[in-house]
Amino acid sequence: MRHLLSTKDLSRAEAVAILDVAEDMADVAGREIKKLPALRGKTVVNLFFEDSTRTRISFEAAAKRLSADVINFSAKGSSVSKGESLKDTAQTLAAMGADAVVVRHQASGAPSVLAQSGWIDAGIVNAGDGTHEHPTQALLDAFTIRRRLHGASARGRDLDGVTVTIVGDILHSRVARSNVWLLSTLGAHVTFVAPATLVPIGIGDWPVTVGYDLDAAIAAKPDVVMMLRIQGERMNAAFFPTAREYARQWGLDDERLAKLPASSLVMHPGPMNRGLEISAKAADSAQSTVLEQVANGVSIRMAVLYLLLSGTTGEM
Amino acid sequence: MSILITGATLPDGTTTDLLVDGGVIAETGSNLSSNGATVIDAAGLTALPGLVDLHTHLREPGFEQSETVLTGSRAAAIGGFTSVFAMANTSPVSDTAGVVEQVASLGAEHGYVTVRPIGAVTVGLKGQMLSEIGAMAGSRAGVRVFSDDGICVSDPLLMRRALEYVKTFDGVIAQHAQDPRLTEGAQMNEGALSSELGLAGWPAVAEESIIARDVLLAQHVGARLHICHLSTAGSVDVIRWAKARGIAVTAEVTPHHLLLTEQLVRGYDSRYKVNPPLRREEDVLALREALADGTIDIVATDHAPHPLEAKECAWDEAANGMVGLESALSVVQASVVDTGYLSFADVARVLSSKPAEIGRLAGYASAFAVGDHANFTLYDPAVSREFSVEQLHGKSVNSPYLERTLPGQVVATIHNGYATVLDGELVDAADVAAAAGAARG
Repeated sequence: MRHLLSTKDLSRAEAVAILDVAEDMADVAGREIKKLPALRGKTVVNLFFEDSTRTRISFEAAAKRLSADVINFSAKGSSVSKGESLKDTAQTLAAMGADAVVVRHQASGAPSVLAQSGWIDAGIVNAGDGTHEHPTQALLDAFTIRRRLHGASARGRDLDGVTVTIVGDILHSRVARSNVWLLSTLGAHVTFVAPATLVPIGIGDWPVTVGYDLDAAIAAKPDVVMMLRIQGERMNAAFFPTAREYARQWGLDDERLAKLPASSLVMHPGPMNRGLEISAKAADSAQSTVLEQVANGVSIRMAVLYLLLSGTTGEM
Repeated sequence: MSILITGATLPDGTTTDLLVDGGVIAETGSNLSSNGATVIDAAGLTALPGLVDLHTHLREPGFEQSETVLTGSRAAAIGGFTSVFAMANTSPVSDTAGVVEQVASLGAEHGYVTVRPIGAVTVGLKGQMLSEIGAMAGSRAGVRVFSDDGICVSDPLLMRRALEYVKTFDGVIAQHAQDPRLTEGAQMNEGALSSELGLAGWPAVAEESIIARDVLLAQHVGARLHICHLSTAGSVDVIRWAKARGIAVTAEVTPHHLLLTEQLVRGYDSRYKVNPPLRREEDVLALREALADGTIDIVATDHAPHPLEAKECAWDEAANGMVGLESALSVVQASVVDTGYLSFADVARVLSSKPAEIGRLAGYASAFAVGDHANFTLYDPAVSREFSVEQLHGKSVNSPYLERTLPGQVVATIHNGYATVLDGELVDAADVAAAAGAARG
C-alpha cells in the first residue's frame, strides 16, 4: 500500500486484509508489553492543519507501538499559521526524511494533492480532509462491527448482509462518505437518515438508501445505528431550525433506544454531543461501542502504518 | 510597409491573395504582384478576421506578477487576437477615467493588440455605488462595456439603475451571473461529483436565477445586457426564451466550458478550478448547440492568469481561473469545428465581428474586402500539437490544456496592417511597438 487516501479505492479483499492485520495488532494491545519493533527507524509525521487531539493521539499511539519515531506537526503556532504553503511544508518534511505523513486538513483533497504533487515521496495517510473522507475512521468502524458480530472468528470475514443506518449531518461528514464506500464494499447495506437539508445533492447513484424518518429506520431493526456529531453552526446556516427540533426528530433518545433491538450496535465517531444527537443512556448502554471504537482505532492505524511502511507494495 | 498574403483560404472557403498596405486591405484577387511587399505563403492556411476577446484579464495595474498589458497582449497576438477587452478588476479598480486611459494607452504603445478597457459598474467593484460611467465612456479609452466581473452585480435595484444609466452612452452591462448567497464557499459544480469529493457546490440555479432576473430587468428598462461566461444548460434555456421575446441580451461562452467537464476535478488538480466551474457533459453539449444556433452569441476567453503559488495548494485555497488566449482558437476548433457544430465562417462571427459589435469596436463589421482594416490571422487547422508551456506567452502557466493534444496553430497575425506574429512566432516587442507608432502616425 503506497497511500491511504480514500476507502473508495479499496477492494473487498484489500479491506478484509487491513482488518485482519488490525486483529493481529489488537492482540498486541492485550500483551504486557504493547510494542512491536516493526517500524524501528521509520519516521511518521502527524501533519495536522486542523485540530483533532483524538485522531492525532490515536495515530501517535499506533506509530509508537510499532516503534516508529513520531513527529507531531501542528499548524497552529507553526510556520503554517505564518503563511507557509502546503508545498513548503511538504518539502520541509521530505527534507527531514519523513517516511509516512498522516495528514489532517480542512480542505477536501489536500492529502490527494500531497500524494500526487511530487513535493514529497512519503506515504500519505488521509486522517480526515474537509468534508471528503476519513478512511481510518471507516476502517475502525468496520473492524468494530465485525468484532462485535463475529468475535474470535472475525478474521477473514466481510460484512455481508449487515444493515447499517447512519444518522445525522451526512452533507458535511467525511465519516459518512468513507463509511458508505467501505461498508458497501464489504457487503453491508447502508441507510442514511437525515433532514433533507443535510443529505448531499445527487447521491442517487450511491450504494445507499436515503430516508428522513428515524423512527421508521429504527422500526426496520438495523444491526447498527451510527450517530454523527451535529455541529451548532449548522443551525445558523438554516440547515435545521433549533437544536431542540433536531434532537426531537433525529436524536437517539431513550425512547428510540428502547425500541432498538438489544442486539443492535450504537456507534458514534466522537466527540459526542450528549443530549443532542445521542442521549447519555444510549451513549453509555451495553449496545454502545463508543469506547471500543477508540481502542480499535489504534489497532487499525497500526495496521495501516504497518502496511504502508513495511514494504508491501500496491496502491490501495 | 506592405504585406502580400498569397493563396489564403477565407472563412467562406474561397481562396485569394491579400495585399495589405497602409493598414488596410489594398487589393484582393489571384496572382497579385508582390512589388516589394513582405510575402507570406498562406497556401493551406485559413484566414480569419482578427479575433476579438470581449473578456480578458490583463491584471495591470496592480497584479503585474500575474500578467501585464504587454505580456497579455503577446499571449493574445499568438492566439490570433487583434483586440481584447480588459476586465476592470485591477488594482486600483478600473472605475475612473484615469485608470482606463492608462490601460488603453499601454495597449496602444505596445501595439500587439488593440486594448479596450472595460469599466467597473460599481466603485471598487463593491456593489454599492455606480462608478463614473459617463467619465469612462467619454474618456480617450471610449469605454462601452461595463462589468464587475469576478463579482455579480447582485443588488437588483443597482443592476436596474446600471442597465438604465449605460443606455445614455450606448453602453452595455456585462453581468457575471452568480448569486452570492447561493454560492458561499462554492468550489465546484454542485451535483453527484461535488457530493462525493466533499467540495462545496456551486449550483446551476445560482447562475440561472440571476440571468432570469436580469433579462427581465433589461426588458423592463429597454437596455442592452450581456451575460459573461454562460455555463449551464438551464442558462441556455433562459437566454433562448429571452431572445424569443425580443430582449436585447447577448451571451458568451468560454472555450473551456465548450470542451472540459467537471470530471477533471476528480484529482483535485487546481488547474481545473475556475469560476463559473466546469459543468456536466450535458451542459457542455447544450452550450455547443446554443453557440451553433445563435442563442449564445460569442466565445470569449476569460483569460485569467495567476502566479504558480496561487495554484500550488489545496483545492479550496487555490485561485479561480485559467489562461486561455493562446489556446482559444485551437479549443474552439476541437470542441465545435471538428465536431461539426460551427464552420470557420461561424468562428469568424463568434470570435470577431459579433464581440466587436457588442463592445462597439469599429472596424470588424467586415473583413477581407478592399478598404477593410487589415486585422486578421492566418491559421493552420490541419496540424495538431501537444500543448505545453512553450506555447504560452503570457506571464502565467495556469492552463488546463498542458500535455493535451490540440488541433490548429496560428501562423501569422496582422494587426492594423503590421505583423505581430510571423511563422508561428511573436514578432519582437520593439519592432511591434515601432510599427504601432508608425501606424498611429
